[in-house]
Amino acid sequence: MYSYVFRRVFSALPTLFVVITISFFLMRVAPGGPFNLERPLEAKVMENLMRIYNLDKPLWEQYAIYLYNLFQGDLGPSYFFRDFSVAELIAQGLPISVQLGGLALLLALTIGCGLGVIGAIKQNQPADFGVIALATIGITIPNFVVAPVLTLFLAVHFDILPAGGWGDGALANKVLPVLTLALPQVAVIARLTRGSMIEALHSHHIRTARAYGLPGRVVVVRHALRSALLPVVSYMGPAAAALLTGSVVVETIFGIPGIGRYFVQGALNRDYTLVMGTVIVIAVFVVLFNLIVDLLYSLLDPRVRYD
Amino acid sequence: MTTDIALDGGCRRLALRTAVMAAVLAFAGPLMAPSALAEVVYHRGNTGEPETLDQHKTSTTYEGHILRDLYEGLVVYDAAANVVPGVAESWTVSDDGTVYTFNLRSDAKWSNGDPVTAEDFVYSFQRIMTPETGAKYANILYPIRGAEAANTGDAGVDAMGVRAVDATTLEITLESPTPYFIELLTHQTGLPVHKGSIDEHGAEFVRPGNLVSNGAYALAESVPNSHIKMVKNANFHDAANVQIDTVFFYPTEDRGAALRRFQAGELHSNNDAPTEQIATIKEQLGDQFRVAPFLGTYYYAVKADKEKLADVRVRQALSMAIDRQFLAEEIWADTMVAGYSFVPPGIGNYGEPAYADYKDMSMIDREDKAIALLAEAGYSPDNPLTIEIRYNTSENHKNTALAIADMWKPLGVTVELLNTDVSTHYAHLRDKGDFDVARAGWIGDYSDPQNFLFMVESDNDGFNYANYNNPDYDALMDAAAAETDLQKRAEILFQAETIFMRDLPFIPILYYGSMSMVSDKLIGWEDNIQNVHATRWMRIEG
Repeated sequence: MYSYVFRRVFSALPTLFVVITISFFLMRVAPGGPFNLERPLEAKVMENLMRIYNLDKPLWEQYAIYLYNLFQGDLGPSYFFRDFSVAELIAQGLPISVQLGGLALLLALTIGCGLGVIGAIKQNQPADFGVIALATIGITIPNFVVAPVLTLFLAVHFDILPAGGWGDGALANKVLPVLTLALPQVAVIARLTRGSMIEALHSHHIRTARAYGLPGRVVVVRHALRSALLPVVSYMGPAAAALLTGSVVVETIFGIPGIGRYFVQGALNRDYTLVMGTVIVIAVFVVLFNLIVDLLYSLLDPRVRYD
Repeated sequence: MTTDIALDGGCRRLALRTAVMAAVLAFAGPLMAPSALAEVVYHRGNTGEPETLDQHKTSTTYEGHILRDLYEGLVVYDAAANVVPGVAESWTVSDDGTVYTFNLRSDAKWSNGDPVTAEDFVYSFQRIMTPETGAKYANILYPIRGAEAANTGDAGVDAMGVRAVDATTLEITLESPTPYFIELLTHQTGLPVHKGSIDEHGAEFVRPGNLVSNGAYALAESVPNSHIKMVKNANFHDAANVQIDTVFFYPTEDRGAALRRFQAGELHSNNDAPTEQIATIKEQLGDQFRVAPFLGTYYYAVKADKEKLADVRVRQALSMAIDRQFLAEEIWADTMVAGYSFVPPGIGNYGEPAYADYKDMSMIDREDKAIALLAEAGYSPDNPLTIEIRYNTSENHKNTALAIADMWKPLGVTVELLNTDVSTHYAHLRDKGDFDVARAGWIGDYSDPQNFLFMVESDNDGFNYANYNNPDYDALMDAAAAETDLQKRAEILFQAETIFMRDLPFIPILYYGSMSMVSDKLIGWEDNIQNVHATRWMRIEG
């Protein structure tokens, strides 16, 4: 098991390297640069800036400098947020995104799995239709619609929650963003659970369990749900990575200083180092969560062994 | 009977609520009351995230709003955007208009108690011109003698025309008379920095705890994408009249979200509003929504040296056929004003701008005349003119371009649209990329017509997107630069603008308006053409 984890982590390094290299050069293909503003800069001023940030050097040299610094753990300065380094920005934003994403994930898993199981047990009954309807709505309404509507009702009209801001992490400030983040995930997870649960309930081992006369709840929870969760778990990998590294839309609408916004702000501002920094964080999360998913598999499915 | 029960129920509920409230107050009272009574907090929405709090590296207006509260320059804008003394109590100008002598107030102090001296200003002007500083807007202070040479590395900063005669006397020598020099000093690039903290902390002098400022407020917190918190600076010379204790600046990039936060009472003001919702906003916010004339022009640059656009009649026809009233009212919901000159009206050191002569003509007559002009230039239904409009991606820029395409259709002009993100768009214009017509906007850095008309001088590499090259125009701009008599200078600039409006390297379309949401509780926010609102002039009631 440990050797498996070690091998996986080790084999992820070349992947990261490729991601870094591709992003680095892809970023430079986009026209414009970090200092192309709506108002053009005086030529001399531009030269000064390019020199200060090594941007006047040939691209391969910049790449070498970036890699060299990266190996020292230095993600470089941000070209847009000039008072901060990329590492500082990530250190400040990541915990916030992880909090929001973690809560949203927890909420989505609890509600989604619950709804999915209800839908499967009550297949083709009103409760099931309710679950399907809810899931469809959850998937089809985008979060840039959900967020303003929730805010208008709960913050502007009823005035029970703040309309935006992080408020130093106060619980009230987290409610709306977490809800908005969780809603589409609830829908996806409910659909996944319902589908695989229906399949599981019709499988041989469940029929056998029932034939043994096991109580209905034990059959559903211990036997059916366990195998039904496999697709949900494999969905969890990318979903968790996406949620934990932040959502641009939710962070922008609620004015939350998470890491998701840096990705888009960085790309739009041609803040090369900031984009690279966020790409690395996201890539690491994706690799990490895929590994966790694979390990969870071995817990849920006795056929899977990593020895 | 039923009424009684209802009353009884209501009373009981009321009593219960009162009891709960009393309990809550009794518990929280001692904790909350003193600060709630004493501290006045202003929650201020500000359209963009500041790139930096280093005044010498900034370039945007939303950074200016923050820095205006932190620092005080030689001169400042008052609530109505009149230039009034700041650190400089008074100043004199030599007869030839090139030497400014500022007398600094003796009670000016930094937030750490150090006195603000003429040396501080000398250091600051030298720092912004040092090439290694990487100051984006250093060129705004190029009128200072030797500044440009210092910034380009051709000479040392010591050779600049900035000198501390004594601790409270600062002498600035200019390259040539610059009638708007005092106005220039209101820009954030002219704000002083505290040398001691830069020596100690280097680039990190801008961090909370390190930053020492000389304005009405001092920095307390700075969290990117979240907020900037500042507290009243007790050492500020006018602290006695500063009525707001704490200011939070929130970057409100999402204008819809800013509106909801304003409506929820979380923001006292925001300096922008979602244009697509103006009708509803006007209805719901009433007087709390304000539109004021702003020092800016929305225009289409025309590649004037391109064969199909080189004929001035083509450019005139295109300009004439644009129904600016329609654009202002229908597309921009009256947050912009129909623009018939490049220099917006209301600007300083100028009179009425040089309006296009078709300003008061009816659209039907203008259309006829435009068709005739195009025909004279050789375009007809058999030989139609095809024009590509480039704009940076935005709903309203798109709608504007679509409407203009529609207005040009009767002239037989076929229009193609092309949009790119803002960085690509401006990089393309600046790098002299090929285009026919491109959308752009210009907000004046200071209130002077030169700050608009200089854009199409033939040697202006950065801004002359049109590649306009007219020696007569350049000669007039040179003459204006050498003229010290403000009245005469205004007349020369007017002649230049008249040529501009005839040749139309840029087709002015709209004058910008500034939109603000200002709570009834916030007193002292005066609409002004510069759209500057320092917190020190405001107070909060209720």
